[in-house]
Amino acid sequence: MNFLEFLQANWRELLTLTREHIVIVFVSTLIAVVVGVPLGILLTRSKSLRAPVLGFANVMQTVPSLALFALLIPIPFIGGIGARTAIIALSLYALLPVIRNTFTGITGIDPKLRESATALGMTTWQKLRMLELPLAAPVILTGIRVAVVISVGVATVAAAIGAGGLGTYIFRGLRQNDNNLLLAGAVLSALLALTCDFAIGAIARSFEIGRKKSRTKHIGIVAAGVILASILISIALAGGGRSGERIVVASKDFTESVILAEILAQMLEREGIAVERQLELGGNIPHDGLLAGSLDVYPEYTGTAYTAILKKPPITDPETVYNETKEEYSSRFGLYLSPPLGFANDFAILVRGKVAREANLRTISDAVPLARNWQAGFGQDFMSRSDGYPGFVKAYGFAFSKQPREMDLALTYRALQSSEVDIIAGNSTDGLIAALDLVQLEDTRQYFPPYQAVFVARQAVSKTLEPIFDRLAGAISTEDMRRMNYEVDGRKRTPAEVAGEWVGNN
Amino acid sequence: MNKDSESIIEFREVSYDVAGARVLSGIDLEIARGETLVLLGESGCGKTTTLRLINRLIDATMGEVRVRARATIDWDPIELRRSIGYVIQDGGLFPHMTVGENVGLPLSLIDRPPANKVGELLDLVHLDPVKFADRFPHELSGGQRQRVNVARALATDPEILLLDEPFGALDALTRRSLQKEFKSLISELGKTAVFVTHDLQEAILLGTRIALMEKGKIVFLGTPAEFSSSTLPLARDYMETIAG
Repeated sequence: MNFLEFLQANWRELLTLTREHIVIVFVSTLIAVVVGVPLGILLTRSKSLRAPVLGFANVMQTVPSLALFALLIPIPFIGGIGARTAIIALSLYALLPVIRNTFTGITGIDPKLRESATALGMTTWQKLRMLELPLAAPVILTGIRVAVVISVGVATVAAAIGAGGLGTYIFRGLRQNDNNLLLAGAVLSALLALTCDFAIGAIARSFEIGRKKSRTKHIGIVAAGVILASILISIALAGGGRSGERIVVASKDFTESVILAEILAQMLEREGIAVERQLELGGNIPHDGLLAGSLDVYPEYTGTAYTAILKKPPITDPETVYNETKEEYSSRFGLYLSPPLGFANDFAILVRGKVAREANLRTISDAVPLARNWQAGFGQDFMSRSDGYPGFVKAYGFAFSKQPREMDLALTYRALQSSEVDIIAGNSTDGLIAALDLVQLEDTRQYFPPYQAVFVARQAVSKTLEPIFDRLAGAISTEDMRRMNYEVDGRKRTPAEVAGEWVGNN
Repeated sequence: MNKDSESIIEFREVSYDVAGARVLSGIDLEIARGETLVLLGESGCGKTTTLRLINRLIDATMGEVRVRARATIDWDPIELRRSIGYVIQDGGLFPHMTVGENVGLPLSLIDRPPANKVGELLDLVHLDPVKFADRFPHELSGGQRQRVNVARALATDPEILLLDEPFGALDALTRRSLQKEFKSLISELGKTAVFVTHDLQEAILLGTRIALMEKGKIVFLGTPAEFSSSTLPLARDYMETIAG
């Protein structure tokens, strides 16, 4: 599919994502302005507040966006999953340029004008309204312009916490190795940033001295904008809360997790149970969301739960891992673990098919001598977890001469395919393994702990879900999963469609 | 004492310090209704400071300044300032407002919509309202800007005008014609004016009295004629600047 065909096929979803993106950026900028401009004014009056307020805003801007999103999730009222958290985080980012420019704009006014205003008998409020704000307006608007452009960019990351927006396509594109998705997400958000930059620039110019004639018109535009924004806020907030007796089904941000969540969601819907989807959430956000009560259920792997969440040393017996995890989840978190779904998604050590065939590689051990000169590329997850890289190297006696490249998991597939790296740790059920002609090397020493797929649910909803969990127990084979992953990653079909077929056939 | 001859502005033993340094010391001064008192002196002699004490842009360190028989510190500063017109050398006009808005500003501050008043005020300073009301300050010459400044200072019809070298930045010819117009304008309107300048010619032309200041003190106070015949060395130096 070329890019134009892709746009033609997906314009509806693109439009929705663009709208979500605009709402997030608009509302967060509005909050930043409503908070930041008065704060900036306050700073011109109070010297002692200057350092702490500007310091706080500065620090906020240096916090990496994904970290800020993750930190906000457990906070009551403002946190949680979805657009609301993204808006709060983006508002914090946008604060600095707004506060700083309001402060500089006002303090930069000629002292003679201030004295004139005082001598005319203007009150503090009159000075602010008739002199300081109008003269500082171009500078303040420049700050807002910077804030908006930053927000358009950072908002793409917000897709990781389920806020939607164009980032959804960027993340999905990375995961599915799909340039059309990547391009559509990136190009549209860049266009959006440029459009905002231009529009606000035009408004700022109209505030420059000597452009009086069209001022009233622009005040009209600004007023209309404020009204529009208030409407958008109410929509955003209305959508942010949990509504009624719905089961909120979540997933992590990779294809398999999305498909499994879709399968569960569609089975629930067939039973007439209302479902809300919060798919493609980054990192451990689904787990945090369950604990915070904003999500109800998501697919997980026993190995991940055991080592990454319960922080236990890796062991290889599937049954022990499952039983201990189920028990500890219940006692520590009050979370319910469903029966295993049937397949396991283990770490898969992958090499290019061509290399495997030429050197006749079958097991991981076969690759050890060759790997001395190989460049390895591993996901951040694999590098850091206890059942990952350090133990793996030791277990097989790997001696890489070059330091492995640490990168996004989805990108390692790309890097392997294009020979940037020679060995990666992927997922055994990944559809891309077949699609990209990669070969999985066998873990003959059974180093990797088992990653059986299960659902994790809040105890409050586990009674509703139990009948479905029973039907799903052992129902999805590794073959099924690999095929479904390939349908999505390799053949670019939607997870909902692929999951729907499985639900229909089972 | 008859009310007309009563002093409208009084300085009683006024001193003013900035960061511990004395800028004004022992200023005693009475300014009568309708007179134009010129504060004459070199830069840094304290004449502008004296002026700013009258509308409470600053407050005296010692002594008191009285306006209309009431100590300035007993006035609400906003009310006091609104009852006094103030013109500075340059830059006092609001750059984002038109001439009309600038002139009408003092009226809008007190919720008196400036309707026809702006036209009258511009006529008063010989600016055609039709031509000038919609222009911005940066589109005017220096002389025109100062006319607008004077018009603005007169907007609420204040009894007192304070002027800080209002014509100081203008070329000689413009300055001369503005001085003459100003003189007839305030005598026609019967305003009391306190006028700061370092130009003796201007002081003699405009002042009913001249207060010569040096190092924060008033060293001479009298009519222009008395000034011309003073034997004070500083006064003689000034007279030499206009000799010939």
